[in-house]
Amino acid sequence: MLEIKNLQAGIEDKPILKGIDLSVNAGEVHAIMGPNGSGKSTLASVLAGRDGYDVTGGKVLLQDDDLLDLAPEERAREGVFLAFQYPVEIPGVNSAYFLRSAVNEIRKHRGEEELDAMNFLKAVKAKMKELGLSEDFLKRPVNAGFSGGEKKRNEILQMAMLNPKLAVLDETDSGLDIDALRIVADGVNRLKGTDNAQVVITHYQRLLDYIVPDFVHVLYDGRIIKSGDKTLAHELEEKGYDWLIRDAA
Amino acid sequence: MSSATTNETPPAPVEAFAQVEQAGGPLLPLRKAGLARFAERGYPTTNDEDWRFTSLKSLTDLPFLPTLEPLGQALGLADIAEITFGQHDVDRLVFVDGHFSSDLSVISEQPDGVTVTNLSSSLNGLENEIGSLSANDENPFIGLNDAFFTDGALIRIPANGRLAKLAHLVFISTANEAGQAAHIRNWIEAGANAQGTIIESHLSLGQAAASTNVVTETRVNAGANLEHIKFQDQSLNAIHLASLHSELSDDARYAFHSFALGARLSRNNLRMRLAKPGIECVLNGLYMTRANQLADHHMIVDHAAPHCDSHEYFNGILDDQSRGVFHGRILVQPVAQKTDAKQTNKNLILSDNATANTKPQLEIYADDVKCTHGATIGEMDDDAIFYLRARGLDTKTARRMLMHGFAGEIVDRIQHDGIREELDELVWNRLEGEHHLD
Repeated sequence: MLEIKNLQAGIEDKPILKGIDLSVNAGEVHAIMGPNGSGKSTLASVLAGRDGYDVTGGKVLLQDDDLLDLAPEERAREGVFLAFQYPVEIPGVNSAYFLRSAVNEIRKHRGEEELDAMNFLKAVKAKMKELGLSEDFLKRPVNAGFSGGEKKRNEILQMAMLNPKLAVLDETDSGLDIDALRIVADGVNRLKGTDNAQVVITHYQRLLDYIVPDFVHVLYDGRIIKSGDKTLAHELEEKGYDWLIRDAA
Repeated sequence: MSSATTNETPPAPVEAFAQVEQAGGPLLPLRKAGLARFAERGYPTTNDEDWRFTSLKSLTDLPFLPTLEPLGQALGLADIAEITFGQHDVDRLVFVDGHFSSDLSVISEQPDGVTVTNLSSSLNGLENEIGSLSANDENPFIGLNDAFFTDGALIRIPANGRLAKLAHLVFISTANEAGQAAHIRNWIEAGANAQGTIIESHLSLGQAAASTNVVTETRVNAGANLEHIKFQDQSLNAIHLASLHSELSDDARYAFHSFALGARLSRNNLRMRLAKPGIECVLNGLYMTRANQLADHHMIVDHAAPHCDSHEYFNGILDDQSRGVFHGRILVQPVAQKTDAKQTNKNLILSDNATANTKPQLEIYADDVKCTHGATIGEMDDDAIFYLRARGLDTKTARRMLMHGFAGEIVDRIQHDGIREELDELVWNRLEGEHHLD
């Protein structure tokens, strides 16, 4: 599904990712953990195509397409979804209008029929119910004045509606209380299928109690310094990152 | 920057006053005093702090001749068939160059005590009211308006009353000669607990550099709820000067929405007096300018009583060499404890040559108040564009959506569904025409 080969990237002249190799197969959930400043969010940004990052080496293949050649919207249409760490507030843009436009843009690209307002509403309301979002949510401007929890649930709602092949969740757990965390995790788990994959970036092991990863990778100083299964996350919870960093050095 | 016309009274308006004097009438003392006030002050210049960013040279270079008589041929219904809000079920008062047209107006039977008519038909008894809310304002254009106004709307809703329908006041300029000036005066009064929605449209059929000078006084009594939508879409040569004086009483709800899309130069002076406790006052505006347009909103919100809320929201979308000016002064008097005043002015600049001037001004003499203000001037938010692109929307669509949203923030505050929807579509179509959109 996703093949990252020796990916190197930075901002201006400052290297941040210093050679990342990662292989994610369909049906898998990968967790990427690591201390602050290790490059986790940079990796998410580079995968989604955010401006301001220079890729200086390596490759990112999504089902054999070179992702790095594509504009952000093309990546989204090919099935990449980034759940933002800080979802952007867009005052004045109605949530329903925005989401229907996005859904139809992606359906169009897949050669599917666009959803009319009725069918869209039917589909979105079912998903909203699952995520515990009230119906007035659709009438509100995108993320404007939302609480932290609402913003994150909105990310998951968008993900559920866009049905991506590869979902990258960038610290989706940050700022969530335990109930919101459970709702968000349920949303992610519901999406899980044999034809898609998820990369969950998190600072804390807590989220991984609810979204159980097949693989856990530790990112430090722009490299993956350790990979393992879910027990690695528990080990990190107990022992912190220092022992790994010492080993790597 | 100084101008040669400082404190010089242009002769033309003064000469025209002979005709006004001859006509006489109950308002002659007001008219004389108004002319004297104008003669004393002359036109404002950019040396006046209140006009710092708005040069009136394009106006003062012209004779500024009051249209005391109707100009040219009378308009027919076909001429106004396409006007905005024409499809709504409204009571419509139409004024052409400041003169009431009964042929174009449609006024249904009103509930008991409700008055929807033209001002000049019922001046008697109004002599103590007209000018009562604007009297303390030194703006010389009010003096000129006092002296020369020909007509305007008179709307009165009695206590607990409602307007039968939306009231649509349509002001059309047909002037084809530069320097002609229509002086319009409106008086609006909502009695205790009364309700109503009023739309004010200013349109041009002529293309000349003609002026409109409109003064509106609005009294909103205790518990009344008034929504007032002003839509200014005059020709790009026109000069539009407006002054709104509203006095609000206990628990009144008043929302004024200003859409400034047209005119070479437009200036809206908004003067709100929150005289009693419990008021909620919203001033909400959108200006969209291109070419060499200038749109100026200048407001003073005077909190003269405790426990009142006032919110001002003004968004500007500026293209080409155009300029947007915002001046928002919030005055919180010592008695006005528990004031909640909020002000924002956001400007979206589409071209390197467009300019925004914004000046928030808080003047607070009470200690237990909540006052905030914020102003932004900038291009479109890159983070927001990326967010939309990351959801599959291309840059062009993302920019359109953001711009629509930027305007939509203002449009969405209109309470009346039909009017909001029509304005939303109209604004959207205008934005689609922006050549610097992509």
